[in-house]
Amino acid sequence: MTLQDKYKDLIDSAKASGVSGLQVREQEGVLYVDGDAPSGAVKDQLWSLYDKIDPNFTGGDLVLNVNAKAVEGSKVKVVTKSSNLNIRKGPGTDQPIVGKAAHGEIISLINKSNEQWWLVRTNDGEEGYSYAQYLEPADN
Amino acid sequence: MKKLLAIAAVMAIVFALPACKSKVKDADIQKSAQSALASIPSTGALTADVKDGIVTVNGEVKDAAAQASVEPAVKDIKGVKSVVNNTTIAAPVVETPVITADDPLTKAVQDAVKDNAGVTAQVNDGVVTLTGTIKKADLPKLMQKINATRPKKVENKLTVN
Repeated sequence: MTLQDKYKDLIDSAKASGVSGLQVREQEGVLYVDGDAPSGAVKDQLWSLYDKIDPNFTGGDLVLNVNAKAVEGSKVKVVTKSSNLNIRKGPGTDQPIVGKAAHGEIISLINKSNEQWWLVRTNDGEEGYSYAQYLEPADN
Repeated sequence: MKKLLAIAAVMAIVFALPACKSKVKDADIQKSAQSALASIPSTGALTADVKDGIVTVNGEVKDAAAQASVEPAVKDIKGVKSVVNNTTIAAPVVETPVITADDPLTKAVQDAVKDNAGVTAQVNDGVVTLTGTIKKADLPKLMQKINATRPKKVENKLTVN
């Protein structure tokens, strides 16, 4: 069974749920799936399918990098588990904290030039870098 | 009688004119549709032809999601009666996976595991190996963070409890 067969449900779901720029390819025994999901809910759905096909993600044969598409200049929601999200001076956890955004808070996305760390601004005007995986496009 | 008919005809035209004016011109719809289509991912510019308020869109879009976004982008423009979506989907371009080099990958992976006490990550030639323990509820988020760093492979050896 090829990896595309193994993860067929996941790939089909990505196509059906409107993931744009979807890329699916295999290289040296690993399947790479990239694309932009229309929402955080679609991303979560794909990850729950991944967990179903490969419980606890132990297979080491898939790199799933489908993220909820957020547009620069739009609003994003803080999706930490429960805690505040740090806003840092630069991109990296070694950078000093210059502000915080609350769990569930809606803030502005300024720039995504760093893939892991997005430049954001809170409603109080605090500006700095936050971890992209804790941000999702806010429902309009 | 002929004169009467002529007057009637002139009147009909005069009364019909305002009705014409209140209609949105096809050319105006075309302009709005063209700019609305500009943001849809396509291989070349999409074209919109308008006749009597019916917009026909032609061109090659990048994927199914882009194709599905054609109608919503155009249908609410004032004066549009219906949309004919004649776009085709381009053959997918397969891009080679981007693998992050070890130095930036190590930094990105350390950032990713920072909030998970009990998890250790090692990077070797693009392969991220995770060891330690984690709660099941926290595992998907951690894996999402690791996968987003663009590793070559993720060896998950975590004990899940």
